[in-house]
Amino acid sequence: MTDTKMTEVTESVEEFRARAKAWLAQNMPRIDPDNPPEVHRDEEASWQRARELQKRLHEGGFAGICFPREYGGLGLDVEYQKAFDAETLDYELPIILNVPCFTICCATILDMGSDAQKRRHISAALRGDEVLVQLLSEPSGGSDLAGVITRADQQGDRWMINGAKTWSTSAFAADYGLCLARTNWEVPKHEGLTMFLVPIKHPAITIRRIKQVNGSMEFCEEFFDNVDVGDDAVVGEVNNGWAVASRQMYHERRSIGNGSEFSSGLGSEGPQVAPIDYRRLAEKAGQAENERVREMAGRALVHRAVSEQLSDFVFRGVRDGTLPPAAGSIIRLFTADTHNLEINTAMAIAGTQTVVGQDDELLYLGVRFLARQSGSLGGGTTEMARNVIGERVLNFPREYAAGRGVPFNQVRRNSPR
Amino acid sequence: MTAVESPEKILFASTTQAFLEKETSLSHVRELHAADASFDPAWWRRAAELGWAGLLVPEELGGGSVSGNGVEDLAMVARLAGKTVAPGPLHPVSVVLAGLVDAHSSYAHAATISALVAGESIASWAVYEPGTQWAPLHPTVTATPTEDGYRIDGIKDRVEAGGESAVLLVVTRCDDAIRQFLVPTKTAGVKIERESSIDLVKRYARVHFDGVRVDESAAVGGADEAPALIDRQSQVAQVLQCAEVVGILDAVLDFTIQWAFDRHTFGRPLVSYQALKHRFADMKMWFEACRATTAKAVADVAARRPEADLSASIAKSYVGERATEILHGCVQMHGGIGVTWEHDLHLYLRRAALYRSLFGTPEEHNLRVFARLEGLTSAK
Repeated sequence: MTDTKMTEVTESVEEFRARAKAWLAQNMPRIDPDNPPEVHRDEEASWQRARELQKRLHEGGFAGICFPREYGGLGLDVEYQKAFDAETLDYELPIILNVPCFTICCATILDMGSDAQKRRHISAALRGDEVLVQLLSEPSGGSDLAGVITRADQQGDRWMINGAKTWSTSAFAADYGLCLARTNWEVPKHEGLTMFLVPIKHPAITIRRIKQVNGSMEFCEEFFDNVDVGDDAVVGEVNNGWAVASRQMYHERRSIGNGSEFSSGLGSEGPQVAPIDYRRLAEKAGQAENERVREMAGRALVHRAVSEQLSDFVFRGVRDGTLPPAAGSIIRLFTADTHNLEINTAMAIAGTQTVVGQDDELLYLGVRFLARQSGSLGGGTTEMARNVIGERVLNFPREYAAGRGVPFNQVRRNSPR
Repeated sequence: MTAVESPEKILFASTTQAFLEKETSLSHVRELHAADASFDPAWWRRAAELGWAGLLVPEELGGGSVSGNGVEDLAMVARLAGKTVAPGPLHPVSVVLAGLVDAHSSYAHAATISALVAGESIASWAVYEPGTQWAPLHPTVTATPTEDGYRIDGIKDRVEAGGESAVLLVVTRCDDAIRQFLVPTKTAGVKIERESSIDLVKRYARVHFDGVRVDESAAVGGADEAPALIDRQSQVAQVLQCAEVVGILDAVLDFTIQWAFDRHTFGRPLVSYQALKHRFADMKMWFEACRATTAKAVADVAARRPEADLSASIAKSYVGERATEILHGCVQMHGGIGVTWEHDLHLYLRRAALYRSLFGTPEEHNLRVFARLEGLTSAK
């Protein structure tokens, strides 16, 4: 089998790059990389567009470069993905499908799912037919993910799911969600969980959109009221859902710093998340010749560059085994710190126009400042990242947890909200 | 170092490491300091025999590197040297050689190069001038053409190992151009004064050039070459500093983490406290970031990529900013013992603080990075 695979990869990275470049020029919509169209993750139309673009990629033979061939991908090394990415900046790509659909959900199904699940869902996602999301956090708790109280009870050959999930990215636009539910309450919390692939459009699921400080409505809350699914919805094994959730978190940590080989395309999602242009800010604020401002901006640019260098370095380190897989948390933490430094620097340079005025671009910076901590919360807080680095990279003793080794139904917890 | 090094490079690394551990222990550094010495010239000759000084020099000029990538190999030596804050003129000799071998006149300097590679002679780059910060392309020391050569006048300072050097590579203004000259320190009119440094063994000098006459052959490269050579020398100096600091951080974090496992307070090891675990997590992150940006800078300088100056500035800024914070954090983890003369922490902190500032402070490099990335013409 390895032999077959070896002989199939005859195209060099450079040949692949050249072919991708030509194909992109022929098939994908061109954009101005310095001024990319805004992609609103909280709008249904953006997701329809992403599905169409993904379909084109698939038809052109450039979908799922690092996913195995048997599940609809190309089965190529990350170097091919990087070469492809390098050619994509001038084109519109379905980049909103990267996180969480490809880099977290499909990556986890690839690692933990049944062969039938891989054949069905990974290839459907690569064709642009399915969008997958995560249904993990609950209103009753944030960082203590293993303490979920959404329940799944077996009734004959069906599972009945009841409870609530929250902070689910883009769930309103999705087809399936990886839903972590409690299937055994008599055992310690990590041992009684099961991961289910749940159809989001199930009539017994009610979705509510969450509005954030910055006005975004990309996150959702879902209420499960007797949602029934079959055994084929179980990912991994019954009561072994924590292993699946851990794998999702592993992939999530890698995805945040752009360290996942399953991410495709480098483009930006538009001005809202485009890198801050300090020179432009300084000019708008009449500070372009101010050396103090230039130095501050230079520092932010240094940290931005190091953030990229670190992502690459850690990715290679984990791949080569010189760093443990948990080192992905280093990227997560650095990205959050850099985000805060950048927003603070932008505020400092732009001055009052970020809080009062008529310049929407600068006022939006003020809004980004208000929502700044999102970067240190989403995908696991930075405090949790520091715990992971301390305990699983530096091997320090673990924090005390009252629920360790105790049956979950005897552990104190918050009541459902 | 990655997992895919050649056997030759692994052997070179292990030989270098064994030599450093045996001959440049921290107690040796303290002994040198107590004896008011910087380094032992005989020791440097033995280090040169291991190939340290020839890594940037092509084989036809008597040098060579095991991997064929001299900058990478040299950065590895610097990193290993950082683990015991080793003494010696690795940086000044390497920086001078980087300029000499790149100049079109390199063969004219073959004797100097050969003596430096053999460790028989020491050289240093005279680039800083009193009262100014990092501005290598803005010298005020002058070189005035004479009938048989040049006359050099002015003052340089912060010249590493200036008092130990046989020859200096001096950056000058010559008419409207910038030129570099090799000036033997024994030449009439050269006066060397020792400067104090916070490092225990690294020494610096202020050098006066008072009507110093050199002949035509002292010029390194033509008038059009100097800016590029100075850029290259700067980059080599900066990545060597970063690499050595990565070695310093590696050693200090290692023993500080071990200390935190072993040291108990209120009946618990220090590493069981979340407040301290989180500080260590930050330090680990900053350390990996220092490694990452240094690796990138070393690779870009080694490959002579067009963005090598930018990568070197990014690394120099970031490592300069973070390294001393990490080391101060390690002092904090040690408690009172960390601020004693007896503890070795200050040996490392001294070297890192020295390198934070020399060849461009983080603040100076931030200005360069802004100018470079925003397409502006010059930083200063």
